[in-house]
Amino acid sequence: MTGRHATPSDPGTPAPPPGGGRSGTRTVRAPRTARPRTPGRGVPLPLLVPALLGLAFLLVPLLALLLRAPWRSLPEQLASPEVWQALRLSLVCATAATALSLVVGVPLAWLLARTDFPGRGLVRALVTLPLVLPPVVGGVALLLALGRNGVVGQWLDAWFGITLPFTTAGVVLAETFVAMPFLVISVEGTLRAADPRYEEAATTLGASRFTAFRRVTLPLVAPGIAAGAVLAWARALGEFGATITFAGNFPGRTQTMPLAVYLALQSDPAAAIALSLVLLAVSVAVLAGLRDRWMRTA
Amino acid sequence: MPETAPKNPGRTPGPAGATPGPSAEGLDARLVVDRGSFRLDIALTAAPGDVVALLGPNGAGKTTALRALAGLAPLTAGHLLLDGAELHRTPPESRPVGVVFQDYLLFPHLTALDNVAFGPRCRGTGKAQARAQAAEWLDRMGLAEHAGAKPRRLSGGQAQRVALARALATHPRLLLLDEPLAALDARTRLEVRAQLRRHLAAFEAVAVLVTHDPLDAMVLADRLVVVEQGRIVQEGAPSDIARRPRTEYIAQLVGLNLYRGRADGHTVRLDAGPAVSTTEDLSGPAFVAFPPGAVTLHRDRPTGSSARNLWRCEVAGLEPHGDQVRVELTGELALAADLTTVAAAELDLHPGAPVWAAVKATQTHAYPA
Repeated sequence: MTGRHATPSDPGTPAPPPGGGRSGTRTVRAPRTARPRTPGRGVPLPLLVPALLGLAFLLVPLLALLLRAPWRSLPEQLASPEVWQALRLSLVCATAATALSLVVGVPLAWLLARTDFPGRGLVRALVTLPLVLPPVVGGVALLLALGRNGVVGQWLDAWFGITLPFTTAGVVLAETFVAMPFLVISVEGTLRAADPRYEEAATTLGASRFTAFRRVTLPLVAPGIAAGAVLAWARALGEFGATITFAGNFPGRTQTMPLAVYLALQSDPAAAIALSLVLLAVSVAVLAGLRDRWMRTA
Repeated sequence: MPETAPKNPGRTPGPAGATPGPSAEGLDARLVVDRGSFRLDIALTAAPGDVVALLGPNGAGKTTALRALAGLAPLTAGHLLLDGAELHRTPPESRPVGVVFQDYLLFPHLTALDNVAFGPRCRGTGKAQARAQAAEWLDRMGLAEHAGAKPRRLSGGQAQRVALARALATHPRLLLLDEPLAALDARTRLEVRAQLRRHLAAFEAVAVLVTHDPLDAMVLADRLVVVEQGRIVQEGAPSDIARRPRTEYIAQLVGLNLYRGRADGHTVRLDAGPAVSTTEDLSGPAFVAFPPGAVTLHRDRPTGSSARNLWRCEVAGLEPHGDQVRVELTGELALAADLTTVAAAELDLHPGAPVWAAVKATQTHAYPA
């Protein structure tokens, strides 16, 4: 018998264990954590120090919130109906604003990503304007457009008897105005990264452009849409400036959590901290809940 | 009208087998597509049952031609008739055309079954019926047990067959295949090529495939159309083209030394300089071709040899070619010669070495240019 020596091609690798796929990825991942440290290849100080400072800057305020929280009176604080009213209104309005953003924002993103028309660059810039515009300015602009005497609002009032400022619908509109650009930009980026040849393949199979969008493109970019929706929802949840300008601050109708926090801080700081903790908890819960599903690829 | 501008004088209409007439069955197309400074201008005709291969180097315009046939690239000029219908006026989603894309483009979020059912669904078939038809197609392709698999779970060969089933499920009158075997490894390729050949032979309408691989083209197609720089340089039966290449590109593909010259009796005076003795008796512009295996090499000038073609050359390069050595030669005539490894060693060949190259007249093949 020749060739019974252990050769490099016969390293005695164990047979793949049952349920191969999952354990396979585990063995792939293992070397990453076990990577040896090369001496003298540490992080240079001019990078490490500012990085740690930046991290501290982001974390210390949150820590302070937890440290100074009135833990003992917290149950009592949170039991008040005003808190729940504001929280419910916040969740409802942010969700409605996200839904509205999806309905008009995804088609807008598709238009920007997949068609070519004169002035597309300008339109894209205008869509992203609310990202950098101070929200208060957005609120003022909304008032001038949709207010009772606004450019569009006067007709809404005269023809349909619809008044939007200082209503719950107004809150939704203000939040949509501020949050939708996040969704549009995120979805447009995903659409641009998606291979348009899948749409061509669908076309050769007899799909109209809309069918191709609905049955092929939409499922392919669903993770991007979800990530964009989470961003938009989080932005809407925290919206303050445009909301208070356009919709006012009426408890139960337009007073969302951020408004309640700000108001409470003037009169009852303990209540403000309690409300902030609730918002923080909601944000962390959303991030944790969606991280595994959507955010990892984003 | 740009369409009526005088044609390139050198271009002759299609081969004798082309079916003229506007209402003819099958494909009758002249595709003109401008893309920047590149212009594709080719005429294609095919009868139902024909398998035509567009063969050419990268960037020759083969894929552009395929996209024009599918309606994914607009025609600058020309026409596209399929079974007498004016396809160039039909939007791509309404054309009776099926496409197998180079990397298949199976929809990753749908199962193999739903990928195949996609076309019938888009063309108005009910969901249950479309899926039943799709199941039948997968069964025909020997993929019944993979119907529920997502594309990423399929092997290359399986994905290729799903893509073929998806394209055929809409009952196209024109089937287009873009490099159908390029994405496969060598071993799978052999098997899938044989399967694809069977399916194409059974296909009753026109099939056009694009490839840069001469073997794929010759195995799969009845007729080759060789495209270079947006134009047809040669077309005909695979065996014809392999025997009588008309350009350097095809000659290299089929492994021949090819020269152009002027024939006078049994001699062809090459444009490159020397003359070649041939067995054919021709006059006027001609091609001469001979395989690298027909070339013998000698350190000293052979005497009393029956080889009548003899050139003084110099070795430019050596590389393994199958179980032989291919020697690239320059000098009086640039040519390739195939030798056994032993012969190459005995001759002590190395780049720069002077050699005599000889070819018997009976091993050459001359034909009118």
